Amino acid sequence: MLSLIPVLGALDPVALLRALPGSVSQGLIWGIMSIGVYITFKILDFADLTVDGTLATGGAVTAMMILNGYSPVVSLVVAFIAGMAAGFITGVLHTVFGIPDILAGILTQIALYSVNLNITGGKANQAISVDQFPLIVTLREISHTILVTAIITIAVIAVLYWFFGTEMGFTIRATGCNPNMSRAQGINTSVAKVIALVFSNGLVGFAGGILAQYQGNCDVNMGRGSIVIGLASVIIGEVLGEALFGKKLNFCGRLLFVAIGSIIYYIVISFVCWLGLPSIDMKLFSAIVVAVFLAVPYMRGKMKNSYRKAAKGGSKAC
Amino acid sequence: MLELVNIHKTFNLGTINEKKALNGVNLRLDEGDFVTVIGGNGAGKSTVLNAIAGVWPIDTGNIIIDGQDVTGLPEHKRAAFLGRVFQDPMNGTTATMEIEENLALAARRGKRRGLSWGITKKEKEEYRELLKMLDLGLEDRMTSKVGLLSGGQRQALTLLMATLKKPKLLLLDEHTAALDPKTAAKVLALSDKMIEENNLTAMMVTHNMRDAIVHGNRLIMMNEGKVILDIKGEEKKKLTVEDLLHKFEEISGEEFANDKALLSK
Repeated sequence: MLSLIPVLGALDPVALLRALPGSVSQGLIWGIMSIGVYITFKILDFADLTVDGTLATGGAVTAMMILNGYSPVVSLVVAFIAGMAAGFITGVLHTVFGIPDILAGILTQIALYSVNLNITGGKANQAISVDQFPLIVTLREISHTILVTAIITIAVIAVLYWFFGTEMGFTIRATGCNPNMSRAQGINTSVAKVIALVFSNGLVGFAGGILAQYQGNCDVNMGRGSIVIGLASVIIGEVLGEALFGKKLNFCGRLLFVAIGSIIYYIVISFVCWLGLPSIDMKLFSAIVVAVFLAVPYMRGKMKNSYRKAAKGGSKAC
Repeated sequence: MLELVNIHKTFNLGTINEKKALNGVNLRLDEGDFVTVIGGNGAGKSTVLNAIAGVWPIDTGNIIIDGQDVTGLPEHKRAAFLGRVFQDPMNGTTATMEIEENLALAARRGKRRGLSWGITKKEKEEYRELLKMLDLGLEDRMTSKVGLLSGGQRQALTLLMATLKKPKLLLLDEHTAALDPKTAAKVLALSDKMIEENNLTAMMVTHNMRDAIVHGNRLIMMNEGKVILDIKGEEKKKLTVEDLLHKFEEISGEEFANDKALLSK
């Protein structure tokens, strides 16, 4: 216990504060990806593991296009399209070939590893310096990055709010909740699933493109574990949003809280880094955070409704 | 309106669980027919309805709805002709969507769904009037999630959704079996009313022999994947539960194997 005191004394609160803007900007970029995860995980009820590959695909496409002289904005559009293609593959594997959802995602993700290396010309990473190219975001100018990504986030939420209010959006929501009923109402559930996967992965690829510009490079491993970050953001956002607004939380609010969840996730991460957690343990920590957030609502429900409690109540009645 | 020609369906063909579910079903419904379907456990009642709805493809035979052969159409395409209510009240609606959104989904059955609004203001007004008809107070809860409704309310809503766009054929698959007796009677009365008002052609599977006799203008009994009895008009009106049991034993040579149906006589 005593040995902790000098360690805590060595912590610098100013350093934590200085890390805050970086966490917010990273959180906003990953928030866009997390909104993509929300589409499949929450609306479609499909645990899509493609995203780990798609994020890196988006990064690779963006970096290579910029290196070949295309504008950073155009490169993001192409990253979006590349992501859509990845989602399409997972969708076809699942709906046409009957491969279970998680496995379909894993297959695409593994395949994308090779695809991504092919895109980057066989190199594990490619650098794009803000000194040479007019990147739309960069970690050298954090406040600018926060502004740009916040605007993009709001635009994405607005588009999704509109889309899920359309007839086509309704078919995806219905398919995610009750596929049998959806077919009985004339909805082609296979098409609905593919559309949702396409848009979700499009957003993830887009986020990967922004992340590559922010970091100033793309890396074939940059997407590793992004599904965990996405799920963490979705769940943290949901828990927080429902705690603050309860049933009044509408669809827009839910998407906004996914982005907020992502920011909180990165603030927590920088906080644990500040406490001195080695960076090699970061993924372990992330997995534990997600496991806890997934387990808590379930365990709470079980505690309210447990056999042990029933047995105790029964003996009292006697 | 509906024609079933020599329909066969075997599940798990070539395995130890092989089950001949439909064994040459022939049936012809005229427009406005309201047929009740009874039979023992495993007789093929629900299987016939699922075959018509296209839940899976049949092995041989033809299904013709309103002059169009739909045998080769998948479930979601056949939906254009059909209204369906299921046994489990949870099955017919989408729990995470609002009452009015569920109705809007049903209103677009058989139409192309594009990027126009999933529900319009004008529709909301129409749905409010329709929900008033149900007399369950749902017109004041149109933006509530359907998951908050009781089983009976959900079944009534499913019925409204099934008839919202007049179907060529309404399929009711033991749709009151999971409800308490009072609610079941209400939903059944509502079904009668909707079928009569819209002059619908309907098939209703039921375990309750009395219901099968009281409702509809025609009754068919199934056994071992075949229609073994078809009673219409005046003859049906005079029918009693005892008659039915007797007829069943006469034709099939065995006792009616369905406790639920027997207990409810």
